[in-house]
Amino acid sequence: MTRSNCRYESRFEDGVLEFRLLGEIDHHSAVNVRTEMDEEICRLRPSKVILELCGIEFMDSSGLGLIMGRYSLMQRLGGTLTLRNPNERIVKIFELAGLGRMIRIENDSKEVKK
Amino acid sequence: MNGNSQIMKKKRGGEIVNEMKLRLPSLSVNEGMARAAVSAFCAQCDPPMSELADIKCAVSEAVTNCIVHGYRDTVGDIYITVKIISDDDGGKSARIEIKDNGCGIPDVEQARMPLYTTDAQNERSGMGFTVMESFCDKVKVRSRCGKGTTVVLLKRLCRR
Repeated sequence: MTRSNCRYESRFEDGVLEFRLLGEIDHHSAVNVRTEMDEEICRLRPSKVILELCGIEFMDSSGLGLIMGRYSLMQRLGGTLTLRNPNERIVKIFELAGLGRMIRIENDSKEVKK
Repeated sequence: MNGNSQIMKKKRGGEIVNEMKLRLPSLSVNEGMARAAVSAFCAQCDPPMSELADIKCAVSEAVTNCIVHGYRDTVGDIYITVKIISDDDGGKSARIEIKDNGCGIPDVEQARMPLYTTDAQNERSGMGFTVMESFCDKVKVRSRCGKGTTVVLLKRLCRR
């Protein structure tokens, strides 16, 4: 098993599951991380998932797939997904895909757009 | 890697002042190294950090395409060539070529459309080419089915 350059810390409290992602999200790391995240989501059944992205140094469009896959999963489970503190580059990639208005984004606990 | 900073040869559109070639097997674990290597090579022109970040992202997309699509069920070689070119106005540009000998793209125009993907089941977003085009000045794609694909990224690095 090759080492992934992305890892996360998770915290579950009051029905809210927060994933604090760290490192780089690319095709290689997304494949590893998504399985682990899905396992936690399905086990804990949160009403809300927060993806904290301030610790992400790099993301390409594989990260889009990772995030939208978890967004779809939460929709199916009747919950919500929020991105927190994505950097400008990450927001740009979302806007290129036309998803800028679809996903909830928060910056430093201040709501930016829904 | 050739560290010779003298003018190597004249080419239409600008003189090549430095060049790097890299060959990597199409293993996903190599994606990070490929974009880091290209970015590090372009850093010699002292471009703004945002330009290097753009290059890292675009190279990552192109290399991922080789791995996920070009060599889908196999492992092959990815050839990356980076040329630093001296522009007419004294600035420098990077010409980054990412080449595979994989299955090729049947319809390049279709592949370049935003959100188009042949691998939705693996959460591919279909945004690879769109991201490359957004972060580079120009993107050229040549492909032949059964032969392979070559992607060329052009990116202005600095003024002088």
